Formats: sequence, structure tokens, C-alpha cells
Amino acid sequence: MSALQVTDTGTQVLLQDAGRTGLAGIGVGRSGAADRAAYELGSRLVAHGPGRACLEVTFGGLVATIHGSVTIALTGADAQAVVDSHPIPHSAPIEARDGQELRLGMPSAGLRTYLSVRGGFDVPPVLGSRSTDTLAELGPEPVTAGDLLAVNTFDGAFPNVDIAPVPLPAAGRVRLEVLPGPRRDWVADPETLTDPDAGWTVSDRSNRVGVRLDGTPLTRSPAYRDKELPSEGMVRGSIQVPPDGGPVIFLNDHPVTGGYPVVGVLTTADADRAAQLQPGQPVELRWVAR
Amino acid sequence: MIEARGLPMGEDALLIEVDDIASVVALHGELHAQVDRGEAPWHTVQDLVPAARTVLLIAPDADLAALAKAAVNVAKTLDKPGSVSEAGDHLSGDRREDSPVVTIAVTYDGEDVDDIASITGLTRDEIVEAHTGTPWTVAFFGFAPGFAYLAGGDPRLRVSRRDKPRTSVPRGALGLAGEFSAIYPRSSPGGWQLLGHTEELMWDVEADPPSRLQPGDEVRFVVAGEE
Repeated sequence: MSALQVTDTGTQVLLQDAGRTGLAGIGVGRSGAADRAAYELGSRLVAHGPGRACLEVTFGGLVATIHGSVTIALTGADAQAVVDSHPIPHSAPIEARDGQELRLGMPSAGLRTYLSVRGGFDVPPVLGSRSTDTLAELGPEPVTAGDLLAVNTFDGAFPNVDIAPVPLPAAGRVRLEVLPGPRRDWVADPETLTDPDAGWTVSDRSNRVGVRLDGTPLTRSPAYRDKELPSEGMVRGSIQVPPDGGPVIFLNDHPVTGGYPVVGVLTTADADRAAQLQPGQPVELRWVAR
Repeated sequence: MIEARGLPMGEDALLIEVDDIASVVALHGELHAQVDRGEAPWHTVQDLVPAARTVLLIAPDADLAALAKAAVNVAKTLDKPGSVSEAGDHLSGDRREDSPVVTIAVTYDGEDVDDIASITGLTRDEIVEAHTGTPWTVAFFGFAPGFAYLAGGDPRLRVSRRDKPRTSVPRGALGLAGEFSAIYPRSSPGGWQLLGHTEELMWDVEADPPSRLQPGDEVRFVVAGEE
């Protein structure tokens, strides 16, 4: 059986797949790969079908030695990966041989790189998924140096794509589209959220639970100033406004229910883009209608 | 009839809002039954998340406007329940059979019993009698996997959260906050007033279902050793 021997993880390396569904009613969120489109592209490039476990590498830094022979693909943030010091293409299936060393650098744009290995990583599922939910503390432990990650054998059709011409996560100012949320009237100044001069930047306190935005805090509408919102269900991409007025864009490990008003919800495609924002990166939000 | 409103929640979900928690229990029970039956438009629903005043429908690729209309119409067919336990009692057919009364044995030795007594004006014995004397209903989950908000208990037990949350509350601790009671399904930080503890396992990822409790279940607490 093939495997990856992990020798360094950089900031954070997690096992992720498409996540858990159908359990939110008992307090279990979906979790799963934060940039779903990048994860799905990786699955297609190694041609092993949906739902298999990959590695989500935050801010590069993964180093691993290949045991056996594997087909891999790197998607999402381009981390300038090398195999035995030779640069390898991004968003493309690659054959890696026994004893070779895969090394990810640091992405200049984007935050999360997905390492898909044909067959997927062989770890036990928890509640039907091999994703690590960092908030609920469910699923596999975070990957650490010294881990030997076994890869499933897979006999399906071979990849028939050389390279996928997809746009990579952007550097600089990123514009995200926001649909009106259920509690937009709770803030007095929803237009501040989408003011190009509001100067929103991604806080370094962001993680898989949410992207916190620094900038001009939003204020509560007078009608709701002393009110407390009864807890309600949350979704990925929800923009929640806590009492300090600093918006939080929920990512995959968001709490299943929350007690602060959701003023807007990112489009599904832009929730993926939000998952690729680096700390300090400027963000512009724009209201759109459904 | 239950009055319900649809609220937007992005491309893949919508919120249905009702007036009170009893209506949530009744509406969620009926929606859950519809989703289980799997007929259009309910077959598009991937997840239902009841909460204090709302039910979230997660339905990627669904016609959300049609789904909102259907959910509001389902609410209209339901009698408005007078209480949370009445809402639980009226859950339809199959759903109710899946929701037996769950009895949980508790030792009432929580660290905050004295504080609860001073807030409520009840003696220790009266607190235990109040907590065991009225059935509770699982209204919704949140905070952590398997953390069930039980509602409909004796109204004299309403207490505020602790001013200072604890950094660690042990698994099985029984707490009170607002109109709710809950058992910590595993060790975690927590701000609820602790009333006692149970030895029973409420959450087990190896079990199917992993949660001992399900939305709509009736829960009766008994004093451990006297069950």
C-alpha cells in the first residue's frame, strides 16, 4: 500500500473531505474542505470520484516522503510545490515515485492548498466523514510531523486531464458578493458593509470557524439595541455581526447555531473565495440580489 | 394554525421563523416527517436545524421560494401548541413512535445548587422536585455536538447564566440557563448553572444515532438511586 510520510506540516495540515451532512439537527456541522471547488477539482484531477479524503494545507509548509507510487494533484492556493527540488505544475495530476520528497512552499496568493492523492487517505470516518471539524473537535486529529498517512488503492479509470485551467485565488483586494441575510435590519448601516472605502481587511484571528474583518465597526439599529437574538441556525458564508460590530464570515467549522444577527450571506462560490483570504488582505463586499 | 415567515439565508438555505419555541417543536417535527417521506419539494432538503424561534432548511440546488411557501403552508395546517410539551405530544405518527420518553437518572450535587436556590428562592429539595416533577422536551441542539436544549420545564427554575463561565465543565454535568436545561455531552467550557450530573452517556460517535436525544423527545429526570 502507498503512503505519505509527513516530515513537516507548516502552520496547519488537516484531513478534509466533502464533510458531514444530515446531522446539523443534533449539533454537528458539515465541516469539510473550506474551498470546496478546489477540493472537488483535486478529486477530478486524480479521477477517484467525490467524497475521498485529501489534505488541506494552510499557508504551505507541508513536507512529505512518498512511499510506493502515487498520483497526486495540488489545487487551491499555489504553494510552489517541488518534488525532489523540481517544480511541479499546479492544478494537474502528477506521478510521484517511491522515496521522492514532496515539498510545499508558501503561497503568494491564497491560503489553502489541497493535496489530493488518488484513492484518498485511509483514515477511519467519524459520523460518515473523514474531515476534521476544528470547532466541534470531531474527525481525524490534525496531521503532525511523523504521521504515516496510508493511501487507499484505487482501480478506476485513469486521469485523462493534463492540467485544469482554473483561476487561482487572487492577491490584493478581493471583491465578494453578499446576498441579504435574515437580520439585515439589525444593523443601522448595512451600506457600511459594502462601502468600498470601509477598508475591510482580514484579521489574523481568522480560522476555519470564520474570517474576521477589521475595519469600521457596524452599529446596531436603535430598534434592536438592547435586544438579544434567540439562537438560530447558521450557514457557511453567513456574515454575523457581534456586539463589537466587527463582521465575521463563517467558514466550514462555524457553530451550528448562533446568537448574533446575520446581515448577509456570501454566494456559494464566494464562500470558497473567502476561505482563500490571507490575513491582512483587503476585502470589498458588494450587495447582490438573488 | 402556526404563523410562519420565510427569511433569506443565502443560495443553499432558508430560515422559517415562528413566534415561540413550542411552535418550533411542532413545525420541526412535521417538517422532519415530510423530509423523511421524501416527496417533492422536501426531497431537496439535506438538513433541518431547529433553534429557539426558527427552523433552518439547508437545501442546495432547491427552489428556495417554493420551499419557503411549502413550509409556511405546512405551518398553517398545524394547531398552535399551548406549550412545548403539548407540541411534542402532537408530533405526528411515525415521528412520535421514534420519540419515546427518555428517563435520565441524575445526582443533584451540582456546584451551583446554592446559587440556584438563592436566585429562585427555592430550597434544595424544592429545586429537585421542580426539575424532576415536570417533563422536559428536546427543543433543539447547539453549542456542541449532542448538546440538547431542553425546554418546557418548571418555570420557577429560570436562572441567568453564570457571570463567569467555567473553562471546563465535566461530561454529564446538568445545567440550567434561561428557560432551558441541558446535559453537557462531553467536557467543554460552559456558562450554565450546574445543578447535578448524570452517569449516562448522552453522546457517542460510535453509536447510531450518536445522540441519545433527538429533537421532540420528552425527557424525565429522576433522582439517581430512586429510579
